[in-house]
Amino acid sequence: MDRQAIMEQGLTQPLVAPLLSPAARRRQLREKVIAGFITLMAFTGIAALILIIIFVAKEALALFTEPEARHEASLSKMFLAQDVAPGRPPFRWQPVSKVPKVSMIPLFVGTLKTTAVSMLVAVPLGVFGALFAAEFAPRRLRELLKPVIELLAGIPSVVLGFFALMVMSTVVKEALGFDRPLNAMLAGLGLALAIVPVIFTVSEDALTSVPRSYREASLALGATPWETAWKVVLPAAAPGILAACVLGFGRAIGETMIVLMASGNADVISWSLGDSARSLSATIAAEMGEVVVGSPHYSLLFFIGVQLFIFTFVLNLIASTWTRRVVRKLTGGAS
Amino acid sequence: MSLNPNAPRPKMEARELTLRYGTKAAIQKVSLAILDRRVTALIGPSGCGKSTFLRALNRMNDLIPGANHTGTILLDDMDIHDRSVDVVDLRRRVGMVFQKSNPFPKSIFENVAYGLRVGGMKDKSALEQRVEKSLRGSALWDEVKDRLHESALGLSGGQQQRLCIARAMAVEPQVLLMDEPASALDPIATAKIEELIHELKATYTIAIVTHNMQQAARVSDRTAFFYMGELVECGATEQIFTNPREKRTEDYVTGKFG
Repeated sequence: MDRQAIMEQGLTQPLVAPLLSPAARRRQLREKVIAGFITLMAFTGIAALILIIIFVAKEALALFTEPEARHEASLSKMFLAQDVAPGRPPFRWQPVSKVPKVSMIPLFVGTLKTTAVSMLVAVPLGVFGALFAAEFAPRRLRELLKPVIELLAGIPSVVLGFFALMVMSTVVKEALGFDRPLNAMLAGLGLALAIVPVIFTVSEDALTSVPRSYREASLALGATPWETAWKVVLPAAAPGILAACVLGFGRAIGETMIVLMASGNADVISWSLGDSARSLSATIAAEMGEVVVGSPHYSLLFFIGVQLFIFTFVLNLIASTWTRRVVRKLTGGAS
Repeated sequence: MSLNPNAPRPKMEARELTLRYGTKAAIQKVSLAILDRRVTALIGPSGCGKSTFLRALNRMNDLIPGANHTGTILLDDMDIHDRSVDVVDLRRRVGMVFQKSNPFPKSIFENVAYGLRVGGMKDKSALEQRVEKSLRGSALWDEVKDRLHESALGLSGGQQQRLCIARAMAVEPQVLLMDEPASALDPIATAKIEELIHELKATYTIAIVTHNMQQAARVSDRTAFFYMGELVECGATEQIFTNPREKRTEDYVTGKFG
């Protein structure tokens, strides 16, 4: 019978009402209720996220609509060099001085410096640590190492910041010969403490999920354990490791408390890691408590939030396309 | 037989080999010679220790925590567990093909070139030559020559397994160990692998573990029957299948148990 015939038959014959047993009806109802509950939960989470974005953007929008704010904090004042008295820096973040100076550039530089330091330290530590745990550590040590590092991930950032402030600052200053105890280097190292566990844990999971057959094949071809780890296991786990680094980066750029406590928070533009730095997130945290609600300064802080959001979003986008490219290159096309 | 100068000498030989995982013995006092340029089939029911024996020959069991052994394994009269033997060198001389085809998630070319690269071969044209030679050797060249730089994971199961054989051959080992190389393949792919084994024995010494009795009969010159961790009987394949000395061998090869 072809499809046409089946359909016609379906039309001509009266439908017999299906008889559902009470048990089946209860089962179907239960399924519907559970599915509805899960859908509701999922959409509540998504709705919260969207509302946050809308709220933050709305507060920042005043910057472009209110005349007073447009005068005090125009885009050119935020991003371009300002004409000031000779000898004064053209980029400054002093939003509450008599003549407010609202350049974002020092904040970008500060964020970039602390994040870069933390990634440069944390990526090798996290990835090689994971490689050690997954490939070289004896089983007992590995079983000890993993929970300990995951425990480190649970330390509140204020504690890490306190540690950086009270203990690491003198050590770093003495060891590197910096003038100031609180600087971009210290903040970056403090951040690294927070993101090493993230990168380690996610990378380790990616590495251990590489099939054992790859390792056996490599070793049977006369590769050493290191060659096996480096040329077979690591590339096979590359997408997971890149994801780990992106997660770490997201944490580093958004992490507030450690940077607030350890960076010195001065709005200087310099590429020296020994100078103080002021990051975007720490600026919000430091100033939000005292700002006049609805003032240009208030909108500015929300605008910083929008920028942070955009950075992370763009970075995630870049990372996911990059991951796809790397995967294609490593696997030579398929999968 | 040993008086005959043309008789093949043993390429590898196990003497009184006992292998344990922890305290549980997987094989007990096995003495078996793998003859030079012959195909030796290892048969027996599941769990009889044939795979464990095979993996002992290139020390793959070293990777399993708790595995230990007594007795000796000789490769050309050299004890492979001797301190002077580097396990990486051993595995370059004694290659292995696994039950499940396991190409790396790399291109076809890179899969075959991998062993050569880790062995220190850098010259591009030499690499290309060896890759082509190995792929021709495993009868895969005509099927993949136009897609060498595509992923190996895009090949069919049988092609993947022949790729793994090509990969193992590329490093030019003297002995090739095959652990049920065709068990996951369809009959046509299996026939190709068996044909390949026939061709390879001119150059290589081969030991093959198989569950398939017909396959053992077809491809091997000698057959060793393992049962419950012991070597029950070893002899010319024809003799094992037509005129076994032991009752247990006869019962197994005639299908009374297995």
